[in-house]
Amino acid sequence: MTASREKRDPLARKRLRHVPSGLRSRAMHALSSRAAQGRFMLQACAECGTATYPPRDACPLCWGELAWMDQPDGARVLCETTIRVSTDLYFQNHMPWRMGKVQLDAGPVALVHLHGALHSDDRAVVRMMIDRGGNAALFAIPAGETDLMGDPQWREFIVPIQGRIVLVSDARNAIGRAVVKELQAQGAELVVAGLPGPMLASDAADAVYTLDRVQTIALDVTDATSVSEAASRIGGPLDIVVNTARHVRPGGVSANPGFVEQRRAFEVSAMGLSRLASTFAPMLAGRPNGAFVDILSSAALGGDASQAGFAAAEAARHSLLQSLRHEMRSAGVRVMSVFTGAVDDADHQAVPPPKVAPSRIAASVADALLNGREQTCVGDVAQDAMERWLADPALFAREKNL
Amino acid sequence: MSRAQAPYTGVAVCAPITVPYQRFSPKPAHWWAGRALHRLRQATGLCPADIDGFCFASFSSAPDTAVGMVQHMGLSPRWFDHIPTGGASGVMALRRAARAVQCGDAELVVCLAADTNQIDSFRHSLAGFSRFSQDAVYPYGFGGPNATFALITDAYMRHYGITREDFGKLCVAQRANAASNPLALQRKPLTLDAYMAARPIADPVHLFDCVMPCAGAEAFIVTTPERAEALGLKMAQILATIERHNAFPEDPVQMRGGWVMDIDGFWQSAGIAPDDVDTLQVYDDYPVIVAMQIEDLGFCPKGKVAEFIRTNEFTVDGDLPLNTNGGQLSAGQAGAAGGFQNVTEGLRQILHMPLGAQVPNARIAAISGFGLVNYDRGVCTGAALLEAMP
Repeated sequence: MTASREKRDPLARKRLRHVPSGLRSRAMHALSSRAAQGRFMLQACAECGTATYPPRDACPLCWGELAWMDQPDGARVLCETTIRVSTDLYFQNHMPWRMGKVQLDAGPVALVHLHGALHSDDRAVVRMMIDRGGNAALFAIPAGETDLMGDPQWREFIVPIQGRIVLVSDARNAIGRAVVKELQAQGAELVVAGLPGPMLASDAADAVYTLDRVQTIALDVTDATSVSEAASRIGGPLDIVVNTARHVRPGGVSANPGFVEQRRAFEVSAMGLSRLASTFAPMLAGRPNGAFVDILSSAALGGDASQAGFAAAEAARHSLLQSLRHEMRSAGVRVMSVFTGAVDDADHQAVPPPKVAPSRIAASVADALLNGREQTCVGDVAQDAMERWLADPALFAREKNL
Repeated sequence: MSRAQAPYTGVAVCAPITVPYQRFSPKPAHWWAGRALHRLRQATGLCPADIDGFCFASFSSAPDTAVGMVQHMGLSPRWFDHIPTGGASGVMALRRAARAVQCGDAELVVCLAADTNQIDSFRHSLAGFSRFSQDAVYPYGFGGPNATFALITDAYMRHYGITREDFGKLCVAQRANAASNPLALQRKPLTLDAYMAARPIADPVHLFDCVMPCAGAEAFIVTTPERAEALGLKMAQILATIERHNAFPEDPVQMRGGWVMDIDGFWQSAGIAPDDVDTLQVYDDYPVIVAMQIEDLGFCPKGKVAEFIRTNEFTVDGDLPLNTNGGQLSAGQAGAAGGFQNVTEGLRQILHMPLGAQVPNARIAAISGFGLVNYDRGVCTGAALLEAMP
């Protein structure tokens, strides 16, 4: 889109991106789903309380049933190795690879990815990460402060922002403006700010759109032509897409449905996500740390009688996002969900606090990328909704629609 | 306290068979099994109808187990077993077959291990090896067994003060033993300098600490002394055996194996001591496991193996002839057949029908197996003492 963008020979051999093997047991998938929530959980026996790892289907001490429990994340390094030869295509591309065995404070021992500064007998903190294949992976880092970004293995589990090219799908709404500012401040090489609808005279002088390393682009996620034209204009490498588009309106189902608004909400939240994903996913797949971050409402989890159309569109968006995550696993592209409740913006003028400041959502997007978090809930409302939904989804849906 | 082991009265072990190994083979495990049986027929004159017991081990016969193999090879046994324990499978097959013969469930058991090694099959067999491996080992760098044993080696070296030079002495001795074995895949002399200078694979494991995966087959017969004599076969008796799985699960790193749990009864049942052993055939996927077996089988006290290695010689003409065919480190690791090599080579030495050099006056062989890294350690261990029968 500018003369300074990378010029590449379209006929040159592309570097293939491999991902680690995805074959896992059902119990391991259960661990991955908890890791995706950012929790450090292991199974513990319902009878004797002993924590166990790797995931099992019976307690090895008393054969009791196992349940997932939050566990302390401290550990001591027992032994270490640097793998220099692997038969796996992904790891072959990332040799040498350090791994080790740790004694978890929770009880069991575990094989872990080992930060470069860690050695035998060191104290460590074990982070439950998601690997490039989309599965839970334990990563031991030094217990104290340290430069995690300097560790090449660590960078495989997160999405750097510095030096990367980012697209923000709707930079006109409050969330999108905040995300542009945040990612620009985090050192993105270029933030492409998508602007739906006609360009306004004020855009040219807008404090955000005129920031260094920010460029605006016409982009309407409800219009397939607009999306593909934007992709053509971006043309070159694209590392991260942050989908900030949404259409928040009140209304019911049988009463005051507002069909025009409802249809619009689906066009933005659901179809808009599909248009963005189908157009930009191939570009992300070619990058070493591609990511698709979606900001969605916690109303997606159980509906919301007061804004039924919006909640339904967000539920559809949530569903599409999970399918997209599955599709992107084979390409190593991270798909991240950032849930929020009511936002402190023009869409929620009639809603009483607590509301989430757009800048806080933007900070959560950066945090999700930089820490490899698959799922984030920003603010009390979204966190409360997620907890209640995880505990009892049927009760949660009933309460949200009373 | 375990019950005392009943002696293996009326049991003879004979007819060690080795099908020459190949680095890669396009042929399936069934072909290798067939070649082993064919060699057995040539050595003994036995035909399918003469075999009423069958004990089978393989990693690469899928989808077939001993069931498919029995029909494939035209056998009609009245007793069979399938041993999925890799490096421990030889000892386990031996002791199962021995009791079957002793109790009359079978009269002549063929114990057979066969594995192929097609190009790239090693990678595939690693990826789906076990549930714990797929979930919690291979996603961490996919270093295979090299990485698992690197961690054990790292801990062992630091804890017991054993050095790379000590491991090197074992590897160099085994390579020297391989020189006279025409079937060994690696017979080029290995010097300690070359061992030390080898490239690292998964620190502290270097190239010559690793076995070479290959295709091959091994077999032997367990029968009655009367039957062995009628067939005109040299034979050995079993003095004692042990077997233990998932020993010491509470040890954070595997610094000892299951032998330790049963070793006192082992020597007691046999009525001999380690000093009486003429040759030691241990499972040698990595030298740290060789060192561990030397300790845990009672050849030296725990933690003293470095000193033991420095003060003993392990070549065929040494104080303790070790893995006299070169072991897997030099002969090659033919999957589960690698777990039979210790039995066939031990048997050959005491029956004085060696592939290469003969251990002078060998009469008693100690055989030890170690197998199946399900997660972070070898789960299966076993050992046997064989003595040549007059």
